Amino acid sequence: MTISTLTRQVFDINHLNLWYGDHHALKDINFPINKKEVTAIIGPSGCGKSTFIKTLNLMINMVPNVKMTGEINFNEQNILDEKMDLVELRRHVGMVFQKGNPFPQSIYDNVAYGPRVHGMKRKTHLDEVVIKALMDVALWEEVKDRLNAPALGLSGGQQQRLCIARALATKPEVLLMDEPTSALDPISTLKIEEMILELKEKYTIVIVTHNMQQASRVSDKTAFFLMGELIELDSTSNIFSMPKDSRTEGYITGRFG
Amino acid sequence: MKSKTADRLATGVFIAIAIIIISILVGLFSYILVNGLKHISWEFLTTPSSNIRAGGGIRDQLFNSFYILLITMIIAVPLGIGGGIYMAEYAKPGKVTDIIRSCIEVLASLPSIVIGMFGLLMFVNITGWGYTILGGALALTVFNLPVIVRVSEDSIRSVPRDLKEASLALGITHWHTIKTVLLPSAFPSILTGIILAAGRVFGEAAALLFTAGLSTPRLDYGNWNPFSAQSPLNIFRPAETLAVHIWSVNTQGLIPDVEEVSNGSAAVLVISVLLFNLLARWIGRLIHKKITATK
Repeated sequence: MTISTLTRQVFDINHLNLWYGDHHALKDINFPINKKEVTAIIGPSGCGKSTFIKTLNLMINMVPNVKMTGEINFNEQNILDEKMDLVELRRHVGMVFQKGNPFPQSIYDNVAYGPRVHGMKRKTHLDEVVIKALMDVALWEEVKDRLNAPALGLSGGQQQRLCIARALATKPEVLLMDEPTSALDPISTLKIEEMILELKEKYTIVIVTHNMQQASRVSDKTAFFLMGELIELDSTSNIFSMPKDSRTEGYITGRFG
Repeated sequence: MKSKTADRLATGVFIAIAIIIISILVGLFSYILVNGLKHISWEFLTTPSSNIRAGGGIRDQLFNSFYILLITMIIAVPLGIGGGIYMAEYAKPGKVTDIIRSCIEVLASLPSIVIGMFGLLMFVNITGWGYTILGGALALTVFNLPVIVRVSEDSIRSVPRDLKEASLALGITHWHTIKTVLLPSAFPSILTGIILAAGRVFGEAAALLFTAGLSTPRLDYGNWNPFSAQSPLNIFRPAETLAVHIWSVNTQGLIPDVEEVSNGSAAVLVISVLLFNLLARWIGRLIHKKITATK
């Protein structure tokens, strides 16, 4: 591996295996993730794509009876190492979930939550971070007059964008998105996709999606998972125009899944 | 039987049960209030009780009831919420946790007179304090702790998992997540549990008979030194509460106006619990609104 490929990679996953009890859910995954690219993960339900994305910030540890082997190198540090500081890891690897899950607090407090806990006290600094994050997710214009209103009063799409802003406010390097638009209407989905294209200037994004059109619209690289295995990982244009594996072709042409 | 008839029958049975419950409640309340309200006066509330003559009040008993409640809650609420947090967030599923949980359940179902006897042994004799407010409050803590632990655990568990995940995924520590996300969301139901527990404490007599005692020293309400024997704030003095007073005038009272005093006291007790409930709920709603930013 040359120096230039090393510096381009933010994650490098080698021989990752994962078991839920006796169930072998991820099988020998080798997966490099490049900086400032959008990597989409597609595959049928139960293929391990959500499990995989949850290993990248070790949210998977919340599930009891999980066992992992192999390496997940984040900036050349193996996060499966016992000594890994989870809190530190998750500050650098943010996550957005399937359903918007804002805290039952005001809009402002939701976005300011992370920076506040991480020690930002000055009101002017906080204001700056909150405004910046809300602008990044194109929510600022919609909420600037009611920052002290409860976040739960926002629409589903706005809540999801607020959650993305909340994740961005802690200044992560990588943003993981686990089917972020599966519960949203087409217009909200479109807004989030446009936002992803803007965000990739600054962040590395990994997105799990059920929607193949979405993968082809937003991502640079696409990975296809099937029954716990990484079948194919290539540039999105290759995956959708000339997949190498017949199973990938079968899935994207809609023959199964 | 046709299913329609069965349905109508079931509806009828449940309505009947509801009517029975409501009429018992209304009957009880109106009995207590009708008999008691006419004996309540400013004088009744502000004169000390008398042992032999008629016309005694309940000043000290009323104060003692609130004071013991306060001391009990100062001890029981932090312990109970702490226990609830442990059970909901830290205890690993397994034998030890199961044993702790059964212990809490057994403790919750102990008859209060047994707790009174235990209190007599522990907080009166072994410590050598004699009958004290602190001894009474500790006995009531034993009596109440399981309820608060249980309620706190259930309330924390019922906070949506999403919220906890969202906070942890932001790189927030477990403790900070508990403090800033789980506890505020669980707060309304924890508060309800604490109010219920407080009502039980306020009306409890059996656990206090042998721990806080049946007498109150002559109190000087101008004396705020908590170490002075005459100070109402002294926690090392005996204190008869309202509920205990009702029991004692009825079983061993020498005063000629036993009925007036006990009816009046009962009404004051019920009204106090009611006011306490309403006040606590109102404050709880204010705090909840402040946290969640709802208007």
